Amino acid sequence: MIKAENLSKTYGDQTVLNLENLDIPKGQSFGLVGNNGAGKTTFFSLLLDLIQPSSGKVLNNEIEIAQSEDWKPFTSAFIDESFLIGYLTPEEYFYFIGELRGRNKADVDAMLEPFEDFFHGEILGQKKYLRDLSKGNQKKVGIVASFIGDPEVIILDEPFANLDPTTQIRLKAIIRDLAANKDVTILVSSHDLMHVTEVCERIVVLNKGEIVKDIATSTETLKELESFFAG
Amino acid sequence: MVFGALYFIVVFLALGLSAYFIIDKSGLGDPLQVVNGFMIYYLVVDLYIRYALQKMPIMNIRPLLYLPFRKKQVVQYSLGKTLFSFFNLMHAFFFIPFSIILLVEGYNPMGVVGWHLGIFALFFTNNFLNIMMNNKDSVFYPVIAVLVGLGISQYYGWFDITAYTVHLFDALYEQPLFAFLPWALLIFMIYAAFGYFKKHMYLDGGLATKQAVAKTENYTWLNRFGNLGIFLQNDIKLIRRNKRSKTTVIMSALFLFYGLLFFTNSIEAYDNPVWKIFAGIFVSGGFLFSFGQFVPSWDSSYYPLMMSQNIQYREYLSSKWYLVIIATILSTLVSAFYLYFGWEAYLAIVVGAIYNIGVNSYLVLWGGAYIKTPIDLTSNKKAFGDKQAFNTKTLLLTLPKLLLPLAVYALGHYLVNPTVGYILVALSGVIGFAFKEVVFRKIEKIYKKEKYKTLLAYKQKT
Repeated sequence: MIKAENLSKTYGDQTVLNLENLDIPKGQSFGLVGNNGAGKTTFFSLLLDLIQPSSGKVLNNEIEIAQSEDWKPFTSAFIDESFLIGYLTPEEYFYFIGELRGRNKADVDAMLEPFEDFFHGEILGQKKYLRDLSKGNQKKVGIVASFIGDPEVIILDEPFANLDPTTQIRLKAIIRDLAANKDVTILVSSHDLMHVTEVCERIVVLNKGEIVKDIATSTETLKELESFFAG
Repeated sequence: MVFGALYFIVVFLALGLSAYFIIDKSGLGDPLQVVNGFMIYYLVVDLYIRYALQKMPIMNIRPLLYLPFRKKQVVQYSLGKTLFSFFNLMHAFFFIPFSIILLVEGYNPMGVVGWHLGIFALFFTNNFLNIMMNNKDSVFYPVIAVLVGLGISQYYGWFDITAYTVHLFDALYEQPLFAFLPWALLIFMIYAAFGYFKKHMYLDGGLATKQAVAKTENYTWLNRFGNLGIFLQNDIKLIRRNKRSKTTVIMSALFLFYGLLFFTNSIEAYDNPVWKIFAGIFVSGGFLFSFGQFVPSWDSSYYPLMMSQNIQYREYLSSKWYLVIIATILSTLVSAFYLYFGWEAYLAIVVGAIYNIGVNSYLVLWGGAYIKTPIDLTSNKKAFGDKQAFNTKTLLLTLPKLLLPLAVYALGHYLVNPTVGYILVALSGVIGFAFKEVVFRKIEKIYKKEKYKTLLAYKQKT
């Protein structure tokens, strides 16, 4: 589904990302781990055509993303708060995203229903603008909004950060459900090794912009990752 | 902001140097008395401007709370800092030259010094009054209502407050010792502000950011315009719910009255037919210029979303274009009151509007691609100009925006007759409108080319 060919990004003489070849097949739940500055957000930004690669290219469903915008209808993402519109209420924001993705109000309402638990009564009908919600609640809104319109590729940067324990557990269940759907390719980055090993079937470790490990998740994976990062 | 500050310094300095002689020449009476008469309005307007624009020290306190300072020091520091605000220093550019001229003109030196120091204290009193007022909307609106009421009753001669207040300010000159009274007031205000702040220095108290009660709104009537309607809905919410955009809309409404300078013949230099087109462009295009020039910066805080969502650039741009066009048409309708100055005055505005719609609407969108200044919607900082907004490309683009229609008109006016001049300007607007598709493709290309630079620029927060 997603192919990165000779993809690199340099700022000045500093290379922040250098991927020779990375292929993420359709339906895979893909985890990206690495320390700060490993290149996780850079990679995701490249996938969304938000920054220009220094070399190489990204293909999303065979579409070269820098050349055509046709990947946008089936791709969605939540990277950070710059994906939220601060002066809208959560409802307005969901409906706005829904409209952009060809879903009317009723569709969006139906789609939001199963997330009532996840929202924990702190999102809908709160008479608050997104800019006035707490960081954690903003994140919940952004994550759920990225599921609107049945996207085939979902990109979530650090979805577990800032969430309370209950919400983390619920989010894991949600991501596992999505991953079970073989039409949805889901990309998740995290600092929390346990979370990614639980929800992803494949884990790639980035270090200073390079892939240093590429593992199919098994019972041993967490240990392997822990010993690597302890190193 | 630097440009705005320089502008005000020049204006105040010019007023300070010339006010005495202008008043003296116009025979309104003793210049000091005239200034004293208006002083009450000056002070109140100053307070109003401070309320609207002066940045409060509270936001800078938060990071200091965790550091090893005494609360007293933190409050002293933040209040002390406001003393050096431009909103205080600005007035010195008027009062210092004015006072010097009073001395030169032979006014009693002791009186002038007393008056000067007294007024000085009153402006600093405003500074502290504003700090306390800023947390309370309940103070603000009544003050404005009273002010407007007083202004109207003075205009119609029912009641003239300045007749009473003028004595207060005159007293500072006649009996310099009275200058101690404003100083006492200032000292009282300093203590009050200090106490107020110290008491409220908690994150959930005075330092809490104000939260508005939000209401979900659906402008469903816009849905019939498809994707365009969705963006327009959002833009209306953007304008209504953010401080910065509200200021811009108010400013653009003021442009409606700009034409009065031209059509009332009050300024000699503007008494030229060509300038009437200039007025027409500004009267109908206030919103177009003040809002349009910052497309796409209005969406800067969530530009990555706009760039990765299922949005075609074309739709995004045309929704902004329609917004600007609708506002231009509305302004043109509202400015029908210029018919009072004769149908020619209004014709100039209608012609200006046609040019705005057909040509300038593209030019502002085009120029916006190069501005790349992130906008903090929630604050009025930089609302009056930003040096990054002035670069060669945007300056070059103002030439066709303002000068070209003037030239086109002059061509018709002087070679044939005024009617041909109007027809030519309107015609260039119509031609521009006809090429909408072509021009939009070009603008779209420019936006795409500038996309990555724009994203990067918006990432550096203001």
